[in-house]
Amino acid sequence: MSQTATMDVRQAGRSASIVDVKGDVTANSEDVLMDAYNRASESGVRSIVLNFEGLDYMNSGGIGLLVTLLVRANRQRQQLFAYGLTDHYRQIFELTRLDEAVGIYDNERDALAAAGAR
Amino acid sequence: MDGAPQRPEEIIEPTNQEATPEAIARDAANWAKLTPSLTVGEVPADAVNINVTGRRQVSPIQGFGKMWQKTYKVTLTGGSATPQEVISEWKANFPKFWPPRNSFYGPLTGIAPGDVALLNLTMPGRLKLSTGVLVMYADDESFTLMTPQGHMFAGWITFSAYDKGGETVAQAQVLMRANDPMYEVGLTMGGHRSEDRFWEHTLTALAAHFGVDGEVDTQVVCVDKKRQWRNARNIRYNAAIRSSLYSMGAPFRAVSRSKPTATETTPPDDANKPTA
Repeated sequence: MSQTATMDVRQAGRSASIVDVKGDVTANSEDVLMDAYNRASESGVRSIVLNFEGLDYMNSGGIGLLVTLLVRANRQRQQLFAYGLTDHYRQIFELTRLDEAVGIYDNERDALAAAGAR
Repeated sequence: MDGAPQRPEEIIEPTNQEATPEAIARDAANWAKLTPSLTVGEVPADAVNINVTGRRQVSPIQGFGKMWQKTYKVTLTGGSATPQEVISEWKANFPKFWPPRNSFYGPLTGIAPGDVALLNLTMPGRLKLSTGVLVMYADDESFTLMTPQGHMFAGWITFSAYDKGGETVAQAQVLMRANDPMYEVGLTMGGHRSEDRFWEHTLTALAAHFGVDGEVDTQVVCVDKKRQWRNARNIRYNAAIRSSLYSMGAPFRAVSRSKPTATETTPPDDANKPTA
């Protein structure tokens, strides 16, 4: 059981970056998440894809961070996509109505296709 | 996810995608269950429930106004309560720490994920605002309340406690947008200050509950200056307008209630007979 989040960034073509989210996402993850977002945006991509396959745990503070990330992305005219969410966290995205602003997909291929990167 | 063929063991191993029992066990009980709309349980006779049942919860994404993150915190200097003890007391006595003339009608058992509570709040001008909240998340060190359509703001408030240098800090953090243009004007014209006073009062009272004369630190950050005009139509659910109309209708409802019914106006045949 990891106590902190780690986030690696991968480039997926010219138009999208993938952030691999691992561990626990809580309010304490702000620096890690925003640093990952900055790295993901360096090449001027239009889409940020969040990979939640390695997510262990997320509380309401973590959801709040995703809302803040969404605002930052929209400000840069970027779109957010997500994949790898368990059924449990999919329901939480619906409960918090994040699913209305973040495109949710079953796998990386579908998310990148929606992001126009494939 | 790089397109490499999967190893056989990857096919049979449970993955995070399949929601391992371990992953579910950690926080599944902390979150409210997803429901199509909010339902209020038993309502006290003096509570007004006109803006909650049938409404949906709303996040800042569905709101209209500028997006704000407001953080109110108080350090319980000299107190001995742990973060878990603070949250336990806060959950059990939530309305007790509020300013006077504001009512929270929640379950008697305290605050648990999925609970829906009614709020009857006193607004400027003595207007009574009837609204509510959903307990979106709760664990031993925090709980989060999410607002419904028609509330002053779209978003949530997270109440938490944590250890900082051996002292317990209690915190309320609001992530919000005004729900519609009318509320946005109201917040700009004193509503934000009223809200700040509300939570500053609450944290001061919470600290006093633990025998601490605490000073509340307030930090306000505008996360997004843009207003979401596509959500201006949220005003159709505006709880302030609906509460005002409901208040104006009170005399008519009172007359309606006191008006004798047909059975009362027609006395039974033997009603006026002298008794023996």
